Amino acid sequence: MFEEGSIISQLLVERLNYFIYVVLLLIGLWAMIAKNNLIKKLIGMSIFQTAIILFYVSIGVKEGATIPIYLPEHDPHGSHASAEHNDTTASGPQVLEASKVSGYTNPLPHVLMLTAIVVGVATLGLALSICLRIYRGYGTVEEDDLLLKLEQEDSQNSGGFKKRRPRRRPSSAKAASGATRAASSEKSKSEKTGQGNRRSRSKSPAKKSQSSPASEGKKPARRRPRSKKPKEGDS
Amino acid sequence: MNDTVIVEDIRPLIALLAPWVGMIGIIWAGERRPNLRELFTFIAASVQAAVVLSLVPLILSGAIVEFHIWQIFSYVPMQLRVDGPGLLFACVASVLWIATTLYAVGYMRGLHEHAQTRFYSFFALSLSATMGVAFSANLLTIYFFYEMLSVSTFPLVTHMQDREARTGGRTYLGYLLFTSLCLLLPALSWCYVWLDGGHLTMDFIDDVGKVGHFGETTQIVLLFLFTFGFAKAGLMPAHSWLPGAMVAPTPVSALLHAVAVVKVGVFCIYRIYADVFGAEVLSNMGGEEWTMVLASATILISSFIALSQDNLKRRLAFSTIGQLGYVVLGAGIATDRGQGGAVLHIAMHACGKITLFFCAGAIFVATGKKYVSELRGLGRKMPLTMGAFMIGALSVIGLPPLGGFISKWYLALGALDRDATWVVVVLLVSSLLNVFYLLPVAVTAFFRTSETEKNPSFKEAPWPCVVPLVLTALGCFFLFFWSDVLLQMVGLEP
Amino acid sequence: MSDPIVWIILFPLFGAVLCALAGPWSKTICYPVSVLSMVASVWASAKTLLQAIEASTHEVSYILGGWSLDLFPRGVGIEFRADILGGLITLVVTGVGLIVTLYSRLPVQRETPGKESMYYGLFLLQIAGLAGIALTGDAFNLYVLIEVAALTGYGLIALGSNRAAAATFNYVILGTIGASFYLLGVGYLYLKTGTLNMVGIREVIEANQMYDSPAMQVAFVLILLGILIKMAFFPFHAWLPNAYCHAPTSTSCLLAPLVTKVMIYVMIRMILTVFGVEFTFESTLWTEVMPWLVVVAIVCAAVMALAQREIKRMLAYLIVAEVGYMVGGVWIYNYYGLIGSIFHVISDACMTLCLFLGAGIILEKCKTTHFDGLRGLFARMPLTMIGFFIGGFSIIGLPPTCGFFSKWYLITGGMVSERWEYMVTLMFSTMVMVILFFRLIERMHLAVSESGQNLGKGHGDLGLTERQTRFDEAPLSMLIPLLLAASVVLIVGVYNQDIVDQIEIFLQPFDLPTGVHYE
Repeated sequence: MFEEGSIISQLLVERLNYFIYVVLLLIGLWAMIAKNNLIKKLIGMSIFQTAIILFYVSIGVKEGATIPIYLPEHDPHGSHASAEHNDTTASGPQVLEASKVSGYTNPLPHVLMLTAIVVGVATLGLALSICLRIYRGYGTVEEDDLLLKLEQEDSQNSGGFKKRRPRRRPSSAKAASGATRAASSEKSKSEKTGQGNRRSRSKSPAKKSQSSPASEGKKPARRRPRSKKPKEGDS
Repeated sequence: MNDTVIVEDIRPLIALLAPWVGMIGIIWAGERRPNLRELFTFIAASVQAAVVLSLVPLILSGAIVEFHIWQIFSYVPMQLRVDGPGLLFACVASVLWIATTLYAVGYMRGLHEHAQTRFYSFFALSLSATMGVAFSANLLTIYFFYEMLSVSTFPLVTHMQDREARTGGRTYLGYLLFTSLCLLLPALSWCYVWLDGGHLTMDFIDDVGKVGHFGETTQIVLLFLFTFGFAKAGLMPAHSWLPGAMVAPTPVSALLHAVAVVKVGVFCIYRIYADVFGAEVLSNMGGEEWTMVLASATILISSFIALSQDNLKRRLAFSTIGQLGYVVLGAGIATDRGQGGAVLHIAMHACGKITLFFCAGAIFVATGKKYVSELRGLGRKMPLTMGAFMIGALSVIGLPPLGGFISKWYLALGALDRDATWVVVVLLVSSLLNVFYLLPVAVTAFFRTSETEKNPSFKEAPWPCVVPLVLTALGCFFLFFWSDVLLQMVGLEP
Repeated sequence: MSDPIVWIILFPLFGAVLCALAGPWSKTICYPVSVLSMVASVWASAKTLLQAIEASTHEVSYILGGWSLDLFPRGVGIEFRADILGGLITLVVTGVGLIVTLYSRLPVQRETPGKESMYYGLFLLQIAGLAGIALTGDAFNLYVLIEVAALTGYGLIALGSNRAAAATFNYVILGTIGASFYLLGVGYLYLKTGTLNMVGIREVIEANQMYDSPAMQVAFVLILLGILIKMAFFPFHAWLPNAYCHAPTSTSCLLAPLVTKVMIYVMIRMILTVFGVEFTFESTLWTEVMPWLVVVAIVCAAVMALAQREIKRMLAYLIVAEVGYMVGGVWIYNYYGLIGSIFHVISDACMTLCLFLGAGIILEKCKTTHFDGLRGLFARMPLTMIGFFIGGFSIIGLPPTCGFFSKWYLITGGMVSERWEYMVTLMFSTMVMVILFFRLIERMHLAVSESGQNLGKGHGDLGLTERQTRFDEAPLSMLIPLLLAASVVLIVGVYNQDIVDQIEIFLQPFDLPTGVHYE
């Protein structure tokens, strides 16, 4: 089963690094998609990016090679500078011949991955602060709870636009203007208050239709004192 | 065609741009200065008509006027060209614009209509687009102005802004934009891609008949796409937008039916048949027979439907569909006299139909009546209106000494030129049907008395409504007696 | 200044640093600094484009750090390479950025008060990132700049309301997946070719005839997948509607026209410059599959746009449909399709800008972009509506707006390659867009409710109060950029031939089939 060239051998012996990174990649991807908790998703994202970093680093491995810092005998600037390297007067690094290069590992994948790590850290930091914002705004970092709250909020903001019309001015053509004003006050209110109201509203999802006109009912009454019609369904 | 003189002149562009300048004036004058606003429309219309009419002597002498606007693609320019048929169409449209504006003043003010500034500005835009179509030199330019017309007439059709306007507007734009974007645009790009290495301008003079290089099926498919792509021509089954657009005020209906929209449609079809395909290619193709069949079917079916309509404007709408069928029929006949008769019919029908529409609108303004059955005894009350209606009806039917006779005569001659006697039969039958659905209106008005008013007093519509319709009725006579000028313009010997 | 190409990115970069540092002390300094740095950036990108057009090789090249190009296939340094395509896209990016910067004064004050310094800092960095994507000639540097643009984009969206922050999270997850797949693909490329320079990669592929190598195929798939996720190609589009809909106004005005289009540029760059035409179109099977995926994408996006009742969400789904157009234009594999695709990138940026600027003004004045709140807008804000609907007519494809010309080239491309499914889909989606925009016109213009009941008292009365119908135009700082964008839409349309000439010069070296012509 483990002979040369068989699938198992290729996977686990010859191309072990690819196998490992693929496994890690899929674990990360699965976590990002399947996990319910936002923080766990971010951990999955981190694992995902780490897998790619491991892949890059692994392709730069060379057997029997040393770190990419000039060995003393190749050093063009030091006391062992040989006569071959005549362009020592030029500033900047020198180009070694191919035979001398084979003893060093390739620094480029590491350099690239330093950049990628920085990008990953920045992404993680940003995503964590977004998580914090979500927690402060909605009180949860569980995805299903969050989606529920977002749905309620969306239906209040846009579906509520239509529902307002019969409540405000049931019998006149000014229904549209009343709806516009009511919905605009509702929307600007929701934009401004944001966090506080969210929590109180989210605690009573089924009673949203009653609670909103209660809070809304006071506003139009203040603005239009001449309105004599009693508001329906008011508490 | 080698000895035609080509003159570079800016006058086609002036005719195109005059309405835009007028529109700026109209918007500036606005609702607060309505008389000034109407004056701007009249100035723009007069300038346009003057410029167009000034080109007539040049064209009659055999020259062609061109103006290059802009090189829109590296091988296709936006170019204006004035030749006989185009100039005839442009004359009709610009002269009738003046009449329609006068009528619209009376109609809109008589009914205290809203948003008149918007109305007049989009009216002007539509006329600008019509001039563009009349003066287009190649297929792409005509397409540009065709689309411009669709969009600029939409606010006119939905002028009343109520539920019926919404339905009418949806039908209108649905038919027009669907056909032009889904049928016409592919046909257009097909020609531009596959002919001559893809570097053709599809110019109406230089590239006549190049379509013949395609295979048989491709030619037939292209003809089909072009014919139905220009849905403004009202060929069945792409005709339903026309009755649907009757929700608009009557001046708009007059514009749609007589001055601009449908005329643009059939004019484009004429251009396709005469100047893109060309008479030879059409005759060689197996399929232009079915165009004639389709057009004849349109004529006959719409005439039958018109018989059953009680709403006067709808009856006139179906009548228009039939009359447009004549033009398509003439274009499809593919002989000189047939195609000349088709262009002539554009002019003759325009004059007659606009008279009929003006009368229908005047009746509505004066009495509020919309149905033929209500018109009993109206002849005593509004003799001028009903008299003009009679004249317009006779012109549409095609009796001498009215203009409609000339165009139908040449259509019949063109059909006989290619031994298609059945077309002549169709012409005769449809003229008979025209009698049956147009004359009873005038007869009811003059020779029947209404039950409610035994001795109605003379009460015409406001004078700005009556003057135009009298003038256009007289125009029907005029077109008959000056028909040799028109015949010369379309290239036929009088 | 002999190398304006670097200054395109440096001006916004310095502006961002200045805004971030000086902003907390003086809020009012952010806006002028942003405008000035954007003006300078536009000037630099115009100069670069002119340099690229006039150069003999039609490109401008600048190696960061001064490394010579002789070492190794095309050097070891990071190269900034502005050929005509890159120059055009950069000009579009900086131009759109300038217009949105001018527009953004009021929305930023209203929607993110107190955060202007952060906002403008991220804003300018976003433009720097996008411009850098269009200019870079190095595959890994492209990843870095993609992430710069993405991260600043996340920040810009999340600066808005809580709802926006919730939408950003999804965007972060999907965007990171996309960029990481791209990075993985670049890793495979580096593995096989040993260089990261884009032109260098292609030279190595062609020199060693690597067309059948499985590693290259995998690299191509990974890169393509990553880019498709980032450009919101259906079905990877799920992040886009929520993110653009709930974002602050000027953020959506900046991101919507640019981000997806720049990703399409990246796809074109990968196909033409890195992998090469021969590898992409003839060695892979994608040319067979992609047009059908495009058909599904356009149809689904158009239908979903029909279902929306709110302007910004409708526009977001329109973006997804337009992305489908452009991807289709590339994958039908011919000369005109690619011209159409590149021209559509430019024109779609302009017309999407127009639409989002208009939607932002509507949101500002009417406090909602829901369809029910739109009645009477023609009387109230005629100039805004003219600007908005010029963008709308451009999306429909009415001449002489630029949308007509890009559709023309795409239809031509579809015809030449005999991809009838693509053409039929274009026609279908054009009809859907006609319905979308004329439905909006109906809502604004007619006195009819959605269910067909007459409102108002007839004769044009829309059933609104006098306050809602009197002339109340948008503030000038928002109106002028909108009218500027609308005139750009018209100018790009009328002058389309000049742009297409340059695109054709760019496409000359690639041997794309131009189709069979009858005689």
